[in-house]
Amino acid sequence: MKIHEYQGKQLLLACGVPVPRGVACRSVAEAIDAAGQLGGSAWVVKAQIHAGGRGKGGGVRIARSIDELSAHAGHLLGMQLVTPQTGPAGQTVRRLLIEELADLRQELYVGLLVERTTRRVCLMAAGEGGMDIEELGARAPDRIHRLHVDPGLGVTDQQADSIACAIGLPTASLPQARALLQGLYRAFWDLDATLLEVNPLVLTGEGGLVALDVKMSFDSNALFRHPDLLALRDPDEEHPAERRASEHGLSYIPLDGNIGCLVNGAGLAMATMDAIKLFGGTPANFLDVGGGATTEKVTEAFRVMLDNPTLRAILVNIFGGIMRCDVIAEGLVTASRAVALDVPLVVRMKGTNEALGGEILQASGLPFIAADTLAEAAEKVVRVAAAT
Amino acid sequence: MGILVDRHTRVMTQGITGKTAQFHTRACRDYAFGQDAFVAGVNPRRAGEAFDGIPIYATVVEAKTQTGANASVIYVPPAAAAAAIVEAVEAELDLVICITDGIPVRDMIEVREEMRRRQSRTLLVGPNCPGVITPDEIKIGIMPGHIHRRGAVGVVSRSGTLTYEAVAQLTELGIGQSTAVGIGGDPVGGLSHSDVLRLFNDDPLTEAVVMIGEIGGRDEELAAEWAREHMQKPIVGFIAGVTAPPGRRMGHAGAIVSGGQGTAEAKLAVLEACGIRTTRNPSAIGALLREVL
Repeated sequence: MKIHEYQGKQLLLACGVPVPRGVACRSVAEAIDAAGQLGGSAWVVKAQIHAGGRGKGGGVRIARSIDELSAHAGHLLGMQLVTPQTGPAGQTVRRLLIEELADLRQELYVGLLVERTTRRVCLMAAGEGGMDIEELGARAPDRIHRLHVDPGLGVTDQQADSIACAIGLPTASLPQARALLQGLYRAFWDLDATLLEVNPLVLTGEGGLVALDVKMSFDSNALFRHPDLLALRDPDEEHPAERRASEHGLSYIPLDGNIGCLVNGAGLAMATMDAIKLFGGTPANFLDVGGGATTEKVTEAFRVMLDNPTLRAILVNIFGGIMRCDVIAEGLVTASRAVALDVPLVVRMKGTNEALGGEILQASGLPFIAADTLAEAAEKVVRVAAAT
Repeated sequence: MGILVDRHTRVMTQGITGKTAQFHTRACRDYAFGQDAFVAGVNPRRAGEAFDGIPIYATVVEAKTQTGANASVIYVPPAAAAAAIVEAVEAELDLVICITDGIPVRDMIEVREEMRRRQSRTLLVGPNCPGVITPDEIKIGIMPGHIHRRGAVGVVSRSGTLTYEAVAQLTELGIGQSTAVGIGGDPVGGLSHSDVLRLFNDDPLTEAVVMIGEIGGRDEELAAEWAREHMQKPIVGFIAGVTAPPGRRMGHAGAIVSGGQGTAEAKLAVLEACGIRTTRNPSAIGALLREVL
């Protein structure tokens, strides 16, 4: 689960990590109000969307007067912000964060995530931060310093000091660096984060450290123990079809092709998309119905896919392991009738009682196209999609 | 032979009173030598009761002492599953297979840390996996037994239904399996692809291996690099997710850590460079394996 920058900053502040003073708002009037509350004569106006690269996309602007602030806020609110991380359609800006202008002497980078190979939290830090950190990682990986945190100890004083020195912080700032790095790790660990990134972290003129930008996302499997985090969810940032699908226990990701896929299991669903591509088609979605492909779930899956105007055909690929193919076939028939299916449907069912399942589909009189192997199914669905 | 499990393995089911656990414990007991293999259940609140004649004990240690069970399969719900794994590790079982899906990553980091601290010799498979099957000997997990056939091909995979797909292709070609191991798809888990390759390499019955991976992480790359140096048997590989879109993402940390690795294309390139034959056609996994036998 992702959250907004302003929410992440509030969480970090609670862990003792300094952040700029700021106010979140949803209208130009609120933005002007926020500037008044903050005082001063210059502010940063930051678009709040669940994607990075906002600076590159023009979503972060400096205002040196209330007029400029109001113009920036008016421009950003409601716009489709396109960044290198949003995809070509971009995301609608519904919220802004108005912040005091930070006094920055040096930009640095700190990121935390779970590293699969070491099975530990990896803290990464670099003496240069900002927009091109990924490029630095590719060009000079040794300039990004890594610490694999022992979960029994956390980030020790000594480790924090050595990271701080490695990224070139002045000795006078070591106490602040220690508090910051340990605070970040504590926030990551205690809140079951999957990503915590401060980019840039800034060293101020007085030697202080401030988290100028924050990105956080959380392990959705751990939300049961963080009801307070659940309250930070912003449904506006989720794709409506994705949201609807997840309410029905379906894992759905819209894509830009025209062949809908309904599959049980994430690995097989990806392999099915790969097979469609291999035969020259393009998948309209990833959709994993999970272990129990019940009538209710299949019906909802059809509805979600049919909402897509570019859809030309659907491929159903079910490996009936524990779930019997005859039960799945009955579900497919009922669901197809319920949603008045109007695109060709290629069905490939494998596993327990597959012959019986095939007979049920045939007897239904519905225009299913049967396929035996995954390759045959992919080939057939690509052909019918091209013909419609 | 085969790896990890055979007809002599003695299994306890942790969380045996749940509906899923009961359904699958029955199916496992009905498979091959399962009747003698599934000897105990664990549930602290239902100790002294029985499920279908299988005695239920309060703790893993008690189940082990009373029945001689040396392995466990875990269906405990996600919030309590990590503690169940640790209990099995503390009881020094040989093998723990965790089926549970949805365990928080932090809990699994702590499990691995606890195993490291104890220098545990327990092998962990999963979580979020279908389990392990040695055809015609024993099935421990949720995979459909009937698609398997006894033979000489090892199968290791991060995915569930995609594993069944590969196994069914092999069986249809008349190629049997020594053991099929679902290692699970979670970021932090037990045995890795390379751990399982090592076991297959040492198994006299196994003649070749199918390795099925997915986008994300570096597990397949590390296994391929290990195999190039040590594996004496042919491996064929499939990586799911060539068409998976990079999607919306947040921040740069993932990209920095992976350094451009982790995509299906990058994984396929590493596998091929290490002498592993690959296919991009998920329907051709069985046929490719036949070519290397």
